[in-house]
Amino acid sequence: MKPKLLQVKDLHVHFKTYAGIVQAVRGVSFELYEGETLAIVGESGSGKSVTSNALMKLIPQPPGIYAGGEILFNGRDIIPLSDKEMAKIRGNDIAMIFQDPMTSLNPTMKIGKQITEVILQHKAASRSDAKERAMELLNLVGIPFPEKRYKQYPHELSGGMRQRIVIAIALAANPKLLIADEPTTALDVTIQAQILELMKDIQKRSNTSIIFITHDLGVVANVADRVAVMYAGQIVEYGTVNEIFYNPKHPYTWGLLGSMPDLSNSSDELLRTIPGSPPNLIHPPVGDAFAPRNEFAMAIDYEAEPPMFQVSPTHFAKTWLLHPDAPKIDVPQVVQQRIDRYVKEGEA
Amino acid sequence: MTEQKLRDGAFDIVGMHREEQEQLSSKPVSFWKEVLYRFKQNKLAVCGLIVLIIIALMAIIVPEVSQYKYSDQLGVYNQPPSAEHWFGTDDLGRDIFVRIWAGARISLFIGITAALIDVIIGVIWGSIAGLAGGRTDNIMMRIADVLTAVPYLLVVIILIVVMEPGLVPMIIALCITGWVNMARIVRGEVMSIKNQEYVLAARTLGAGTAHLIRKHLIPNALGAILVTMTLTVPAAIFTEAFLSYLGLGVPAPRASWGTMASEGNKALMSYPWRLFFPAFFISLTIFAFNAVGDGLRDALDPKLRK
Amino acid sequence: MLQKKILEVNGLKQYFGSASNPIKAVDDISFYVYEGETLGLVGESGSGKSTTGRSIIRLYDVTGGDIHFKGQNIAAIKSRKDLKHFNKEMQMIFQDPYASLNPRMTASEIITEGFDIHGMYKNKKERAEKVAELLEAVGLNRMHASRYAHEFSGGQRQRIGIARALSLDPSFIIADEPISALDVSIQAQVVNLLKQIQRERNLTYLFIAHDLSMVKYISDRIAVMYRGKIVEIGPADDIYNTPRHPYTKSLLSAVPQPDPLSERTRTRIPYVHEETDGDMIAHEVSTDHYVFATSEQLARWQL
Repeated sequence: MKPKLLQVKDLHVHFKTYAGIVQAVRGVSFELYEGETLAIVGESGSGKSVTSNALMKLIPQPPGIYAGGEILFNGRDIIPLSDKEMAKIRGNDIAMIFQDPMTSLNPTMKIGKQITEVILQHKAASRSDAKERAMELLNLVGIPFPEKRYKQYPHELSGGMRQRIVIAIALAANPKLLIADEPTTALDVTIQAQILELMKDIQKRSNTSIIFITHDLGVVANVADRVAVMYAGQIVEYGTVNEIFYNPKHPYTWGLLGSMPDLSNSSDELLRTIPGSPPNLIHPPVGDAFAPRNEFAMAIDYEAEPPMFQVSPTHFAKTWLLHPDAPKIDVPQVVQQRIDRYVKEGEA
Repeated sequence: MTEQKLRDGAFDIVGMHREEQEQLSSKPVSFWKEVLYRFKQNKLAVCGLIVLIIIALMAIIVPEVSQYKYSDQLGVYNQPPSAEHWFGTDDLGRDIFVRIWAGARISLFIGITAALIDVIIGVIWGSIAGLAGGRTDNIMMRIADVLTAVPYLLVVIILIVVMEPGLVPMIIALCITGWVNMARIVRGEVMSIKNQEYVLAARTLGAGTAHLIRKHLIPNALGAILVTMTLTVPAAIFTEAFLSYLGLGVPAPRASWGTMASEGNKALMSYPWRLFFPAFFISLTIFAFNAVGDGLRDALDPKLRK
Repeated sequence: MLQKKILEVNGLKQYFGSASNPIKAVDDISFYVYEGETLGLVGESGSGKSTTGRSIIRLYDVTGGDIHFKGQNIAAIKSRKDLKHFNKEMQMIFQDPYASLNPRMTASEIITEGFDIHGMYKNKKERAEKVAELLEAVGLNRMHASRYAHEFSGGQRQRIGIARALSLDPSFIIADEPISALDVSIQAQVVNLLKQIQRERNLTYLFIAHDLSMVKYISDRIAVMYRGKIVEIGPADDIYNTPRHPYTKSLLSAVPQPDPLSERTRTRIPYVHEETDGDMIAHEVSTDHYVFATSEQLARWQL
């Protein structure tokens, strides 16, 4: 097994609001190995972005509160660290890419300067060395005519090019961990495909670990080695990408997979959906938070929170359906048929 | 954990709870309720508001119920503060406590007038320019630019040449130049609101201009208008005090904080309280208005909204 | 099959900016929509797909071309009264469930806005009943009428937007990326809802989107836009299975599928735009399936 870079243990993050305390992250645990990509997938309000911001300690306090748990980066808990110590880790060891490239770039500064600034900040180098490194980075992220781009301002570039610049800046200090929060959501599909290719390529070369936050299952299937599915502030299913897509165990994961149309869906039949909306995390439901929207909910789901059941050494799911006494429920037909077809096509 | 004893029937499928699927947070919260909540969280702003209420009440009550009138010359000159005269008396033997609250009336009057002018001229000017856009907008905003280029002080001085000094020239000058800032802010707000999807939606429903202004533009620009207003008021109060200090304001024997400070300044070495009280209330009022304005702006800031 | 054309667009042009150097957001496009069908309009940002929708519903004054809706050229309507009548017939659903609802209004106020404008349902009780009916038609609770827009989740807000669009009982709805800002499970809910109300109310949709898999699912026919022009239009299955234009091929190859095995081997087909001097016309390559190209290009793309 590869060495562990990051371990999150029972993380809780709360926010104080007018209506009450929002329990945005309610006991999240996962680990990340060197050189792998973990995708955290979930709907808005599931706590996936709060989790990733917490890893960078970017939760504003107040209204945010780290209400418990540990974030061990290279074995050291970063929650108690001061802002100054954290600033050293950010950029150097952990870098982040956000959804909107325009907000992470300074509109009044030339691209070249923005990159060299970061290089100089993290490492003692001469200006000319920094420039050389910046050109290297621009080449690495696939920017044509880097000499010309170096002297341009962010608004002169397209959205895809801007996101490449953001990635170049994130890579400037050779971080061990790259957190990408919906980095392709604001981009067109063809540009998205290019950015995903780029990120995989970079990972292959530099062995960076990536945490990829997204709500798009297609993107997850494309980039991830392992997947954590989040719902209502908790990880409900966790496993390798093949386990999640071909052997899903949690009814929420079934719902997610079933609600995506694909070629086999006839336009005459309705999509399988998850009815309703995610719960209010000011008063999280008792028991399994997904129960009210789960057609397979059992009496116990409304009484007690399910533990994480182990499916395989790498696959876990938080649902009472995996309890030995629970009735055997099959994966919904539409989802199972699609999985069978994918696997068959994959083998062919 | 999975070994615990579970009751019979725990694993019966009971299905979804539809009524919980579309639940909303228990209490309905209107936008303004939330604003009020956030405003209350801001201690400084709440203090400012309380101070303003007290000043306003005192200004209304004290000159009416006091045994002295602001212009009464009591024959006791330059008395220090005492039980008889709480803030002392001035060189003509007038009670400073009463004069302070009489002066507060003038300060608040000019402040409120400035706010009204802001709303009446500035808001209308800005919304028409923002809504119309194009050439109309261009002409209206260039006129506004020209008006800001004329210094307020100069307008007041020119007006005093042709009329008596006092509140009238100040208000006329405010009408000429005081609303431009508000007009600019409202124009910006209107420009951004009119391209919002909910305004487009109203247009596809067939809404006319009057409907758009009433239902969408005003309610959504109200926050920015309020904030600008709370910051216009202290500026006007300060300007009045400043002009009165220079002798361009209200004439004797009427009391204005500016005139009182000007007179008190002459006697600073011997009777410091004569300067202290008017100066203190000018600062306190302006500070309180600014605190309230800041608090209001933070409370309205949509970026903090969840 | 219904083959009555409810909307016909001929040579629509929508330019912005100065007359001497205009930005050609929509540059001479023609298409039609059959009554009761869904036409998907796909393209990337800047392709002019949203502008097309907004021009048709008269949010912009069109630069050129005709838009015939139920036989009337709506591009030429000038009077407010005629426009108001047209507004009842054609409605729009917007992309951003946050920006498309006025945050200072309650759900009921949003839904009844059209009634106020057109002076309908003046009786209070009747109006409340209509609001409740519309809320329930989009799967919301009638108790929600008095709640403010910001209290709802994204999916719920989008449903309020749909209820607003339905309030005037239109026959044609332009859905401008109605699901792209929503979560996956909510997208499916909204798409199902749109399909269901289409069936119940016999609606025609122009469905604008960039998500090809959803468009394929909801549309009967698909039009692909690139830089202000429709490059290919045809039945959804034809576009998906036998795309002809290289841009359509490139677009299709870029969509990730929820299938890790195929994702590992999927290769993206890059698209390089070629400027041509030849006459660009719409060639019918199979029934109802048109490709916009020169004859030389079409022959080359055949391979």
